[in-house]
Amino acid sequence: MNKMFGESWVTTTFETLEDWAQRNSFWPFPFGTACCAIEFMGTVSSHYDVSRFGSEVVRFSPRQSDVLLVAGTINDKMAPVLKKIYDQMAEPRWVISMGACACSGGFYRSYHVMQGIDEIIPVDVYVPGCPPTPEGLIYGILQLKEKVVRDRKKLAARSAQGRPEKETTGAHAGSATA
Amino acid sequence: MPTLAPPPPETRVGYDLDAVRAKFPAGSITTQEGAPWPTWIVRREILVDLARELRDNPATRLDLFVDLFGVDYPDRAERFEVVYNLYSLPFHARLFLKVAVREDDAVVPSLVKIWKGVDWFERELYDMFGLHVEGHPHLRRILCHEGFQGHPLRKDYDAARRWILTEDKIYKPHFDLPDGEDDLFERMTINIGPSHPAMHGTFRLMAVLDGETIIASDIEIGYLHRCFEKMAETHNWQQVIPYTDRLNYCSAFINNVGYCKTVEKMLGVEAPPKAVWARTILSEFSRIMDHCVCNGTTLVDAGALTNFWYMFQIREEIYGLLESVCGARLTVSACRIGGLIQNLPPDFEARCRTLLTMIPPFIKDVEDLVDKNRIWLDRSVGIASITGAEAVNWGWTGPCLRASGVAYDVRKAYPYDLYDTVEWEVPVLYGGDVYDRYRIRMLEIRQSLSIIRQLLDRGMPEGPHIVDDPHVALPSKDACYNQMEAMIYHFKLIMDGIQVPAGEAYTMVEGANGELGFYAISDGTGKPYRLHCRPPCFPIFSTFPQLINGGSLSDSIVSLGGLNVIAGELER
Repeated sequence: MNKMFGESWVTTTFETLEDWAQRNSFWPFPFGTACCAIEFMGTVSSHYDVSRFGSEVVRFSPRQSDVLLVAGTINDKMAPVLKKIYDQMAEPRWVISMGACACSGGFYRSYHVMQGIDEIIPVDVYVPGCPPTPEGLIYGILQLKEKVVRDRKKLAARSAQGRPEKETTGAHAGSATA
Repeated sequence: MPTLAPPPPETRVGYDLDAVRAKFPAGSITTQEGAPWPTWIVRREILVDLARELRDNPATRLDLFVDLFGVDYPDRAERFEVVYNLYSLPFHARLFLKVAVREDDAVVPSLVKIWKGVDWFERELYDMFGLHVEGHPHLRRILCHEGFQGHPLRKDYDAARRWILTEDKIYKPHFDLPDGEDDLFERMTINIGPSHPAMHGTFRLMAVLDGETIIASDIEIGYLHRCFEKMAETHNWQQVIPYTDRLNYCSAFINNVGYCKTVEKMLGVEAPPKAVWARTILSEFSRIMDHCVCNGTTLVDAGALTNFWYMFQIREEIYGLLESVCGARLTVSACRIGGLIQNLPPDFEARCRTLLTMIPPFIKDVEDLVDKNRIWLDRSVGIASITGAEAVNWGWTGPCLRASGVAYDVRKAYPYDLYDTVEWEVPVLYGGDVYDRYRIRMLEIRQSLSIIRQLLDRGMPEGPHIVDDPHVALPSKDACYNQMEAMIYHFKLIMDGIQVPAGEAYTMVEGANGELGFYAISDGTGKPYRLHCRPPCFPIFSTFPQLINGGSLSDSIVSLGGLNVIAGELER
């Protein structure tokens, strides 16, 4: 092989290649509703430029994206919409909860605001802040990269033990308001 | 009919409320003594006739409907009070009307035939207080979801009591089809949003299409209702400041100023000169940021992406200034009641000057790219246009109204802070379409820069950044640790809040998209009894179906961008 192709070849397993591709090219669906969405726009525009981390291909169709980025307050009226969008995304999919409101309802302990999106969908990375700085959001995306690899290793280990392959990441998955 | 220049004081000549009053039976109108603005307490039976008379009588001409909200007093025999806020453009005068109703007879007549802009306010009144509005064409909830039970702004409603929305209750659109268009066989009904980038992620547009033309449409909001007004009632006066940030989060600082000025007025304190100076400068920078977001995203919606990068670069630079002032970028909370959060950084003036040289080239780049761009002209000229008279009837204020030829600007009409000490003018355009709304924001950015430059040339005033009043401002950390009284004051302010004397106040500032007003009612405790925010984009967005009907679907996207509707403020 080496003789034929020189050093332009690398051998690897398919899983490693898939991991590498997946974690370096997230296609986020920005579910932006409020202040955090403005800061998300700041993150994707030229100064912070999230494309340095391979996450700039923003898709507004759940069918084409693999990371649901919930930026902003989700209230009870929005809840069925968020759940529906999440359900429409193809596996494998991840969720980043950006900002205090999406994580926990923030300081809106009130009659119309959901106290954290994990009431209806599982969350992989929580990014705190009101709103988080772009650095904070980028750190969250980098954390998700690591989690993608970690999850896959866990899955592989489980299937080797004969456990069911499907992983349930959040305790509340499926217990929907919708 | 609209005034085309800022109203000089002599236009008040001829304004005569008594001429209207004489036409109604004695006892049906009482003047409220001690109110912050001229206020009439009106019997419900005459309200509709009175409103029509106030609008049409040549002696009053109260043509701009500003605001409507309710207040709940459970201890009174007439439990609910409804407050109407009217403004006369020709006479530059303001009048408040108050109507009290009993709980067992909670009905008020609708004014929708007199001012179209009242439509959504009346729906909000029904939603929040459960008052029936007689004669309203489609009275239903507006901010709370369809599965909601009860009326949250009533005093006996628990602030954290939530209801779940189930799929079967979700709103089905209702279309007012033109006559003869009721055959939907060849029509297509389309739903856009709420999770759609062109709908800013929070609005839902439902339209009936004939080909690409919209023949009828319906909008649904409430996807970002965060209960600002109820939250304000459960927090101290100073704890409300962070909540105001999140109303219009594109220009958070202006909200801070508006709220703090209201409370300062009730307390009778005045911010020191340094704070006023900095407030004016930072408000104008916030206005520039807001216009940048609006124009940047409108152009993105039309496909012109490059401008978005330019416009956001300006924001990024201004964020740097705000960060140095208070530590936050977007939601600043930099105002305090009686002044500012902390002293200004030593390089404040230098940073402002850098920005003044940095911003104009970006603006010029964008103007060079789009002002005479054929595609942009085709997409925006004559699209979603509205006349000045119509816009006034719908309750518009701010840049959108000024793009329709009406020069109403709170900074000129009711000058606050330092706006009457600098030379600047109110830009006015007459097209009333998307293009003029874009242009007017560009012109306003230039005016804002000019205001900032003049204030910088004047130099930063010496002195403290906040009033020296221990009942209002927190003592310094040093004093807290070393003096007994300072520590006690600190404790009292944190635990009980600022004690605002009982009374009412309404003050307004020119927000980035119109008149931003706060109506506060205090019962003498540390928390607001009622705090109402007059959201500028609420009446503007209620006009949206009328603006887009008859146009093509793609035009509706561009028109939404030009209105600068900010969901946080729209739905509070």
